[in-house]
Amino acid sequence: MEQVKERRWIPLVNNLVVSAAAVLLSLVLSAVIMAIVGYSPAAAFSAMLQGAFGSANSIANTLGKSVPLIFVGLACAFTNKGGIFNIGCEGQLYMGAFTAAITAIALQGMPRMAVILLSFGAGMLGGALVGGFNGLLKAKMQINEVIVAIMLNYIMKFFTSYWVNGPLQEEGSMIAQTASVGEENMLTKLIPKTQLTTALWIALAAAVIMYFFFARTRMGYNIRAVGENALAAQASGVAMSSTIVLTMAVSGAIAGLTGVTEVFGKTGKFVDGFSPGYGFTGIAVAVLGRNNPFGVVLSALLFGIMEAGSMKMSYVAGVSTSMINVMQGLVILFVATPNLVKFLNIGKGGK
Amino acid sequence: MNNLMQLISLNMVFTTLRLAIPLTLASIGGVFCERSGIVNLGIEGMMLFGAFGAVAGTYATGSPWLGMLVAILVGGLVGLLHATLCVRFRTNQAVSGVGINIFASGLTVVLCRAIWSSDGISGDVEQIPSVTVPLLNKIPLIGPFFTNQSPYLYFTVAIVAVSWFVMYRTKVGLRLRTIGDHPKAAATAGINVTRYRYAAVVLCGMLCGMAGSFLSIVQSNLFVKEMVAGRGYMALAATIFGGWNPLGSFLASILFAFAQAIRMNISLNIPDQFLQMIPYLLTMLVLMGVGRKVKGPQAAGDITD
Amino acid sequence: MLAVEMRGITKRFGNFAANDGIDLLVEKGEIHCLLGENGAGKTTLMNILFGLYRADEGVLKINGESVTGHSARKAFQMGLGMVHQHFMLVDALTVWENVVVGNEPGKFAIDRKDSIRRVQEISDRYHFDLNVTEKVSELSVGMKQRVEILKTLYRGAEIIIFDEPTAVLSPPEVLQLLDIFRDMKKQGKTIIFITHKLNETKAVSDHVTVLRAGKSLETVATADVTVDSLASMMVGHDVSLELQREPSRPGETVLELKNVRLLPNAQSTVSMEIREGEIVGIAGVEGNGQKQLEELILGFQKCREGSIYMMGDDVTRWSTRKRCGKGIGYIPSDRHQRAILPGFSIQDNYLLGNQFSPEYVKNGMIRRKFLHERTLELMKAYDVRAVDEKQSAGSLSGGNQQKMVLSREVGKDTRFVLACQPVRGLDIGAIRYIHEILLDLKKKGKGILLISAELTDILQLSDRIAVLYKGEILAMRKNEDYTTDSIGLLMAGQKGGQ
Repeated sequence: MEQVKERRWIPLVNNLVVSAAAVLLSLVLSAVIMAIVGYSPAAAFSAMLQGAFGSANSIANTLGKSVPLIFVGLACAFTNKGGIFNIGCEGQLYMGAFTAAITAIALQGMPRMAVILLSFGAGMLGGALVGGFNGLLKAKMQINEVIVAIMLNYIMKFFTSYWVNGPLQEEGSMIAQTASVGEENMLTKLIPKTQLTTALWIALAAAVIMYFFFARTRMGYNIRAVGENALAAQASGVAMSSTIVLTMAVSGAIAGLTGVTEVFGKTGKFVDGFSPGYGFTGIAVAVLGRNNPFGVVLSALLFGIMEAGSMKMSYVAGVSTSMINVMQGLVILFVATPNLVKFLNIGKGGK
Repeated sequence: MNNLMQLISLNMVFTTLRLAIPLTLASIGGVFCERSGIVNLGIEGMMLFGAFGAVAGTYATGSPWLGMLVAILVGGLVGLLHATLCVRFRTNQAVSGVGINIFASGLTVVLCRAIWSSDGISGDVEQIPSVTVPLLNKIPLIGPFFTNQSPYLYFTVAIVAVSWFVMYRTKVGLRLRTIGDHPKAAATAGINVTRYRYAAVVLCGMLCGMAGSFLSIVQSNLFVKEMVAGRGYMALAATIFGGWNPLGSFLASILFAFAQAIRMNISLNIPDQFLQMIPYLLTMLVLMGVGRKVKGPQAAGDITD
Repeated sequence: MLAVEMRGITKRFGNFAANDGIDLLVEKGEIHCLLGENGAGKTTLMNILFGLYRADEGVLKINGESVTGHSARKAFQMGLGMVHQHFMLVDALTVWENVVVGNEPGKFAIDRKDSIRRVQEISDRYHFDLNVTEKVSELSVGMKQRVEILKTLYRGAEIIIFDEPTAVLSPPEVLQLLDIFRDMKKQGKTIIFITHKLNETKAVSDHVTVLRAGKSLETVATADVTVDSLASMMVGHDVSLELQREPSRPGETVLELKNVRLLPNAQSTVSMEIREGEIVGIAGVEGNGQKQLEELILGFQKCREGSIYMMGDDVTRWSTRKRCGKGIGYIPSDRHQRAILPGFSIQDNYLLGNQFSPEYVKNGMIRRKFLHERTLELMKAYDVRAVDEKQSAGSLSGGNQQKMVLSREVGKDTRFVLACQPVRGLDIGAIRYIHEILLDLKKKGKGILLISAELTDILQLSDRIAVLYKGEILAMRKNEDYTTDSIGLLMAGQKGGQ
């Protein structure tokens, strides 16, 4: 009986163990790679930590870098809960940032709160439309969501790029970007001269809301049920098509927020090609966080630390900033392969 | 009118072919991979590794031909990684592909800096030279196709032909097509499904590696960070647009390349971004329209057995 | 000369013996029927013969050669072939490609001409009437089955096992298949024909071995037995009515079907009504429209002909969601597919199907406390044994999963319960318990439609019994008005059983 009792903790412990093991393995392997190439892993890692935590400002920047990753990670986790793979966050966040920026520009002169609320709403709607369309094709035409999402990523990227290279380009600017949304409409900085803004609170609130959404609401339960066993969900009265579309649309809205907060927290305008592949990193964040909203926050922080520390690592230890992509790529490969962790366990004479 | 004439000029034809080469190679890799039931979103990363491997190999050996072999080898190794994860460890195939892409974009730059102390740009290496085929180049009309062309053009055409033959005329191809649609039927017919999957994904990696090498040591003479620039995803689109058929992928690649060539050679009134959108838009429309009849491998992405 | 000799074959899964000392002797060149109800052990036995399972005890000889360390590959080599119930065919390929794959003529390239010639030749020899260059997707079900047969013949199979081959066929296709059997026999092939259809057995076979509850009865020559005696052998007379079934006191109608067509090729439509306080059993061999009946009532399938009423409302065009709102307790025939969220906690599984009830969910918010109390209450009342309500449903035993589903569904405030194959895969203790629950529900005044492949279930529980055959109801009478013989015959489509 004792043994049975322990069993119920296994999923949770398993999740933690798998994620921790994946991070550890990827760090070890990264260290090995650095050592082989001729760098000092110890110097690199300590420089990275220095860069991420060395001062109040660097901590603030670390958090600032984590914010978009929290949003996009939540967006990916949201669909994963419903058994759908959203690789389209990139397109959704471009659309979100774009619609938010043009809304703000159109509303210049209105009260700050009105501009922010309407622009955020427009940004979420923009992302939701792209995601929802993707979901619609899946639900109504049974078209694989992954391939459509990849196509939509490019279509959205080029679509927004067209506007900021042409009709909507900031007057007199050489850079492909829109006019400013207005300095006064930007999110408040939590620490001056850093990238940390109130977007952090929005991101954390989104995580909490998402947690309660899945734990407490019927809609969240239905989405999870569809993800776990679509046929059983259907038998219990859940309408499949609309649930799939809704799941993708909400995820698109959250992805849209990634773009919106970049515009309103950092750049102040829609800049062509501003995303360094957040949409793909988001998949890694969600998988590492095991689709748990708080897990997503933690893994976004981890990735944020890597991003923020990479510059310091680069000039202290001489390693390219791209080393963090190596680490992130390895994390995603390891964490997506729980069987590998089990397999290594067996190798160590476990069960 | 002048513009229309340019559309069919020789210059356009060669630009199109040149742009189609990496797409074709990678998308044929995609065909083999998906036909074995494994979805490959990591084509982009495999190409990137190939592009880097070619330059590093050329740099190390001094021979661009050996560089090409290194690219193929590296691509094959990454393919083996994807195959091992997906087949042996049942990793989510899409996630594995995304992971490979991120890993590739990181490691190539790290190594680039380690070798050439420069983030994101390698030193110059020797290119694979263009060739002129004697005699054939004297024939009117087709002569230009044998004058001062990259050998990759001929490799690609040969690979398309061989791939088509293998897929539709040989045992291997029939078995592969069976595996992609109905792995259980293949298994009950005594076919070693696992071995075929490994082989197909490794082959895909090799073709992607070769495609990458074209970008770095044929079209150019160095490696630049992220130089694949989305061609991997475009190749995936060509795989699907071409109906998971080597010949179809070739034609799709040519179509996509043509759209790019228009951008480069001709000034039209259509904004550049819309031309760039064409491959993706077309693929999506195909999926939504006629594509519902042209079905891909039925069991792709799903290896629960 | 015996083609197959299996003696004393025993195969256990845990404590349950699926095969318990079975003898099967098949002569070379005969058509041998393996007759038995679902769960009698036919499939297990054939999987042992085909090398997919290993027997715990017993002797297996093929063509007189004793076989040990048997594998599917070896089975091929020894000349065994199997035509599966679910076709192993690739729709996108042609007939000949499907047939030769894995054993293609030619070295590297396939010799197309030779392939086509060889496959066509076999097809013609057995009068399959196939154009082997056609795509499989273009073929009817009956023709696809012939392609499956071609596959075994092409590989040189001498002993061919057919697993319920007629289940998917229309009546004329069945006759054609039986002709093919005779043709194959003429050419010296040995056929093992797994079925539970008596008339087919009688029509085509030389010998019959009847399996019942994992044991083999004697093997008889078909010529020596009548369909009636086969029926009683298959069903057995040991149906004991140990349970106390109270007389029904039917109240209002909870479910009514009017002229509903279950199968497209059924000869007539189905009409019936279920009233409060009674159990109506659907007897019949599986594949005769039970699945369709279940899906039509829940609304997974569109009802194309006829109408369905629940508690007096015409629900024919209603969505599943709306029908659930009307109040259906639903125990699906495939609980893993339709009733359980394996990765969710038991407690969250108790919410499934209740998430639209205002008791459980108010203003879109789940009432966790109510759910928790209700879960504990139901788990206790129905003896669902688990560590606690947070344990994942997938880690429960089959019996406990079924009790969980049952308690959830009957715990709903509904007047109608649809119970499909409620005891499938359960051990005797659990079966007994579930029987008691169903009878108790009837006493509480619920109307129950019981669909079960187990005749004992039906006979022990039902007040009225309908016999379903090829999508039609052959008879709808009170339980007392049937005998096990008459019901067995009806299940086999023998209207003479009346």
